[in-house]
Amino acid sequence: MSNKEITVKIDGKECKSVEGEYILNVARANDIFIPAICYLTRCSPTLACRICLVEADGKRVYACNAKVKDGMEVTVTNEEILQERRAIMEVYDVNHPLQCGVCDQSGECELQNYTLELAVDSQSYAIPDTIRQNKNWSDVLHYDAGLCIVCERCVTVCKDMIGDSAIKTGPRGGEALPKEAKDTMPKDAYAMWNKLQKSIIVPSNGTDFTNCSDCGECTAVCPVGALVSRDFVYKSNAWELKRIPATCAHCSSGCQIYYETKHTSISDPTEKIYRVTNEWNYVSLCGAGRFGYDFENRVQGKDEEAFALALKAFNTAQSIKFNSAITNEEALMLQRLKEKLGVKLINHDAKAFKDFLASYSKASGKGLYGGDLKEVMKSDFVISVGASLRNDNPNARYAFNHVQKMNKGAGLYFHPVGDTLVSTFGKSVEIFTHQVGQEELALYLILDLFANKERLDDETKEYLASFHRHEKRIVKEKIMEEVSQSVTDKATGETKEVIKKVPKTIEKEIEVQINGLVEMLGGNDAFYENFEKMKSKKESFSLIIGEDLYYHPHSRNLSRLVALIEEVCDMTLVMIPPRTNSLGVAMICDLDEEESGYVIGYNEHGHFRLGSRGFSKLDIPALNQQEGTFTNINKRVVPTNAALDYHGYELNDILNALGIGMRQAIDFTPQLGRIEGFKSENFDDLPNGYTNAGEELRGYALEVVETNKEEIKVVKFDESIVINEGEIAYRCNPQRQFNDFTDRSSQINEEFGAYVSPNKAKELGEEIEVIFDQEQSFKLKVIVDDRMQGDIIAIPDYKSYQNVYGVFGRDRYKKVTIKKV
Amino acid sequence: MSLEKFKDRNIGNQNYTLIGHEAFPQTSGEKFERVMKRMLKGELFVGLWVTLRTMFQALFKGEMHTTKYPFEKLPISPRYRAIHEMLRLLESGHYRCIGCGLCEQICISDCIRMDTRYDENQRKEVSEYTINFGRCIFCGYCAEVCPELAIVHGPRYETSSEQRASFSLFEDMLTPIDALKQQKEYPGFGAISPNADENIKKTPLAY
Repeated sequence: MSNKEITVKIDGKECKSVEGEYILNVARANDIFIPAICYLTRCSPTLACRICLVEADGKRVYACNAKVKDGMEVTVTNEEILQERRAIMEVYDVNHPLQCGVCDQSGECELQNYTLELAVDSQSYAIPDTIRQNKNWSDVLHYDAGLCIVCERCVTVCKDMIGDSAIKTGPRGGEALPKEAKDTMPKDAYAMWNKLQKSIIVPSNGTDFTNCSDCGECTAVCPVGALVSRDFVYKSNAWELKRIPATCAHCSSGCQIYYETKHTSISDPTEKIYRVTNEWNYVSLCGAGRFGYDFENRVQGKDEEAFALALKAFNTAQSIKFNSAITNEEALMLQRLKEKLGVKLINHDAKAFKDFLASYSKASGKGLYGGDLKEVMKSDFVISVGASLRNDNPNARYAFNHVQKMNKGAGLYFHPVGDTLVSTFGKSVEIFTHQVGQEELALYLILDLFANKERLDDETKEYLASFHRHEKRIVKEKIMEEVSQSVTDKATGETKEVIKKVPKTIEKEIEVQINGLVEMLGGNDAFYENFEKMKSKKESFSLIIGEDLYYHPHSRNLSRLVALIEEVCDMTLVMIPPRTNSLGVAMICDLDEEESGYVIGYNEHGHFRLGSRGFSKLDIPALNQQEGTFTNINKRVVPTNAALDYHGYELNDILNALGIGMRQAIDFTPQLGRIEGFKSENFDDLPNGYTNAGEELRGYALEVVETNKEEIKVVKFDESIVINEGEIAYRCNPQRQFNDFTDRSSQINEEFGAYVSPNKAKELGEEIEVIFDQEQSFKLKVIVDDRMQGDIIAIPDYKSYQNVYGVFGRDRYKKVTIKKV
Repeated sequence: MSLEKFKDRNIGNQNYTLIGHEAFPQTSGEKFERVMKRMLKGELFVGLWVTLRTMFQALFKGEMHTTKYPFEKLPISPRYRAIHEMLRLLESGHYRCIGCGLCEQICISDCIRMDTRYDENQRKEVSEYTINFGRCIFCGYCAEVCPELAIVHGPRYETSSEQRASFSLFEDMLTPIDALKQQKEYPGFGAISPNADENIKKTPLAY
């Protein structure tokens, strides 16, 4: 898409846009209504509904897949188009009555809306209905085929955004259309009906169950009540639910969500969250965000005894240990506590990230990484290093997939744990399953492949060149050889000379250029050839880096390499913060290295525990009971609201008792402005939504401050840190688990255990004991993750009381001994 | 009659007819005499005889002229809006309510609540339903909005009870299953008009 500005006229209104944008998107951005059922803003046009038919410069086109041209004049509605649309809506209403008493869409139904909008008041078509069974596709997905209008939005979003491609259209087994219909019906309506009558949505793996990451995005985009989460089926009508705009508390994406609440039941009037919804045109949630909502901490009231004990604990404490599943305000309060009481602040996930950021800033001269996931989505070549994309940040994975599907892009994925999903995102995705510790090599390879060599210093250039060598290889080649044969014709007895072409393999010696880096990283031979194809015609490049690099023995050198790549390769750089608000904590708090003395655990393990889980000594509200802000991966400070009441104490009460508190926790929001990058904005002034054009109006963007750039040289790769033998444990959560909150949610049932590839599981049996070098050990159930490959076992860190972070220390990979139990 | 006559308030001069009666007793002897006469005349038994005769006719000859109220009630207009009734399907006996929640939504005094769930037969089941009769104003909107004619206002107007809760659960309002045959189709508020068929366009069906 070029960025050339053009002007089009839609229904007489002048609209500015860029070349290559679809008519429908331009109209939506300018508040002009064009009916459309099957189109999703960020996905490819499906052309299933055909209702977005418009007239552009006198020609009939579909607004969802026709691109605007300069000076184009678009008419949204005229008599013929209206007739066509009405016929389409009538067809949709065949065997789908609109006086539907019990449907979970309950009035938020696009089928009803469009039928009314187009003033369809009678039905002229009919066909016998087919029996369509209700299905439970997975633990969370419920499909009522009887309500499905096969708009394929679920299929589209699963392919283009999520990347699972877990569902597709399958045969319905419906009767053929009446013969006379073809001649009597409007053309588009007939074509649409023909397709509708033949198809239905089925899991794409041929079974009755989807094999996917259970994100539930398909249920969000469904225009009717066909796809609903199993927990919500027939629970409540949509109109009874109160929508509370908030921010998802689970990972660093900080997606905008709505908590929808209602009283629990007739006998219990306390508010309960029934579901989470999102602006699915602009943001896609993961399974944790959508289904992990019931993690609230219900307390009876203020426990004064516990509060007194907590105050005493704060007065004697030497360290406060916490994780980054907290708001910016809480982080600021903890920082104030540090200043007042002189305690140490210990945060495992943010500390490593903070150090990495600091060393990156020194090398790059920028306070923060340059890009965000939105820019990544616009690029056409994306590289991921050191992130388990599927688990660390679902939105980074969606971005990686989106680039392949929508921008005809290419991608490189460097990770020691093999992943069978990433390679299915697109044809031009290369997977490097390298050895643990080779992350530097991966970055050097990126430098080698993408850098503008003139901007590199001589030393690095030489170092890169040292990996290249020429080799003579014998290649087998197939050629067609002409062979003459004499054939005798049986009938006539004549003998003829016939020349035939016969394939023959010959051996040929050629000289090939070999990149040692590719070899060392476990790339395949064909990579060099493929790469030219992958890189050709690509304009914008982006790099996603993840937690593996922050928890790396050479993280400092890696950060410099990353800064160098960003500079000399013109890449959009995004770093995935390890936890929800690691970026905020890293910017707000001064963190200390080692804990000492009496430790207060704030949502963490400690001598005195404050937490939003039942076993704590003093209860504090969970993140769906708090107002506040998060700093997300897109470098935005985004607000979240309290969905449920909380009657107990919170951190601010402790600060108040110590004389440094504010009236409310959100009074700390404007105080964030004193920290570099943040702004002094009141919490209540922060917006939380999207415009029709998809522009994100949420909170405010952090300012990227310039820092002193120091001349720092990158160091060569040191082979001694590579772990290439023995059993390796990897600190990594299963797909929908991120923290104690997801653990507590009733619909997220990924267990705490050792996640392994199917092959490794056969070898390990059912239960194992993983022994670390300091003689710490975990007894874990072996759980198969069929998208994993290789021998590395993944140990989750989402349960704070298991202290997995503590065991792994400043590494993400550890050599371990595994015993079968 | 002219207006002047009305305005003539000189009562003494009007032509009243006086009903003849005995002269009032003057002396105490006369007063005593009248008392004794009335006492011994037996007029009381004339009145008692009338009562007795009517009772006899009502009890033994079947000539009752009043309704036996607590046991017998006068028919009431179908449009009367008293305590709600939940009807059943006549064919299957299953309750008609589909749990759509429209009554809950339309209720202007916000006194209806229901809990629903996904049941084993893949249908929406009403697991709990109450009407708070302390708040209900018997406006009839719930009956009018009900798409299934499942909730109707019954004729049960005696709304005194030791507990308001006595009326308010689904089971209390539901037609008892053994009384299914006596269940009458509701002709009142919210029912389909007798000529409904003429007023709608029918959806074609290909069967």
